[in-house]
Amino acid sequence: MSTPFYVSPEQLMKDRADFARKGIARGRSVVAVQYADGVLFASENPSQALHKVSEIYDRIAFAAVGRYNEFENLRIAGVRLADMRGYAYDRRDVTGRGLANAYAQTLGTIFSSGGEKPYEVEIFVAEIGADAADDQIYRLTYDGQVADEHDYAVMGGAADVVGTYLKEHYTRGASLEEALRLAVAALGHSESEDRTIPADDLEVAVLDRTRTQPRKFARLRPERLETLLGSQAADTPQSSPTPPTPPDDEPPVAPPVS
Amino acid sequence: MSDPRLPASYLQPGSSSFSDFLAQQAPDLLPGRRSVPQGNAADLAPHGTTIVAVAFPGGVLLAGDRRATMGNIIASRDIEKVFPTDEFSAAGIAGTAGLAVEMVRLFQTELEHYEKIEGTTLSLDGKANRLSALIRGNLGMAMQGLAVVPLFVGYDLDHAAGRIFSYDVTGGRYEETGFHAVGSGSLFARGSLKKLFRSDLSQDEAVRVAVEALYDAADDDSATGGPDVTRAIYPIVHVITAEGGARVAPDAVADVAGAVIAGRMGRPGGPHAPIPTDGGQA
Repeated sequence: MSTPFYVSPEQLMKDRADFARKGIARGRSVVAVQYADGVLFASENPSQALHKVSEIYDRIAFAAVGRYNEFENLRIAGVRLADMRGYAYDRRDVTGRGLANAYAQTLGTIFSSGGEKPYEVEIFVAEIGADAADDQIYRLTYDGQVADEHDYAVMGGAADVVGTYLKEHYTRGASLEEALRLAVAALGHSESEDRTIPADDLEVAVLDRTRTQPRKFARLRPERLETLLGSQAADTPQSSPTPPTPPDDEPPVAPPVS
Repeated sequence: MSDPRLPASYLQPGSSSFSDFLAQQAPDLLPGRRSVPQGNAADLAPHGTTIVAVAFPGGVLLAGDRRATMGNIIASRDIEKVFPTDEFSAAGIAGTAGLAVEMVRLFQTELEHYEKIEGTTLSLDGKANRLSALIRGNLGMAMQGLAVVPLFVGYDLDHAAGRIFSYDVTGGRYEETGFHAVGSGSLFARGSLKKLFRSDLSQDEAVRVAVEALYDAADDDSATGGPDVTRAIYPIVHVITAEGGARVAPDAVADVAGAVIAGRMGRPGGPHAPIPTDGGQA
């Protein structure tokens, strides 16, 4: 009878983390950008049916990268949790923080349990408040860690490159158009070149607090994107390095980055 | 919900119906699952009264009076009995108010849940059938006097027309043409609608017809509230067109109600329907 090899816990966790990270890195990036009226999500996703960004509740949205079947399960569980809570208590009692916590616990347990393969996913849970200072973006990783992101957040394949681009060009209190241009330019950015992603290949959605309905989530269809991006095709290479600046009288709308 | 983790059943692929999910996870939250002791409970809780629906080219509207009664007592003067159930549909409730409001809340969640999980909305017939199932679940209560009878309207994007569905306590679903009314004052409202309705009403005319019908219901049914000028309480009117649904502004309804009252000053029976002279159309 053979003795099983000893594997140190550090090695075991590292192997599981490497496995999950590899799976996530294969996909394209998703960015979330805070703008004056809410939070904008953008991703390069040619499929019109398989969404990476979706609505969870009135003011809460979900975005994910990685294995589709795994994050789709998490998304449905989130919708069920939110609807159940909203029905049992009240619509205002459904919070992004509660949902992020439930996801973190679930992902963390699955990651550290020996029996299951870790989820190869990374998630954003975003919630908008009454004004931009109350907006929240939580980023959850495969091992159940939660990070509270400010201004912008990136996950997926080229997260580093896209994140650097956003760091250089992000301005607070931008309009929807400016935020969209920034997000699309960041997604098309890589170390070697700046691509212009066609509107048909973009999946863009917003949590927009100016919507009159209680449900603030809206998808931006390709026609709308083309209107908003407008002359982008013509002036992207020149204009994208100089980000649009908000008017002087506009107060800072997001908490400072620590 | 003390365990912060998502329960395993939440992560299982399965039904996109919220009420089915509720039946598995928290059956005590379903309205139809409660047992009520034997006896008639009809006078224990407030009852909602009259709801009218009118279809017009390009849309449909739903309007309700504001009274709830408990036996001979007016339980509420300003109850709201017309609810948008999603962007393109609305339900008005007659019957036991508490159960009806809960049923509408479940129905609203049901539609939204389906929309979020499936990424598409149910067809209008699908919505009407789901509501049927919810009413059927309440049959036991209905037999003890706690009936809920909604009136459901919606704009069918596939047919580009407003449609009206009425129900009975067993969940039977009947599509109505043109107009319909439910509740204690519905006989009088329907009589009024029958004379005032025509198929080419404009939206504003349809609002006027609905408010006239509610006035007629209040005129002859003690459980239906008329426009309350002293307290500025007027019917709730919800209009649904291809652009979606919206409640008609209270001021606009107040103006229509004012015009109806002014018209009734000289002619308490309301507008006269023309009598055709040649035996055909007027």
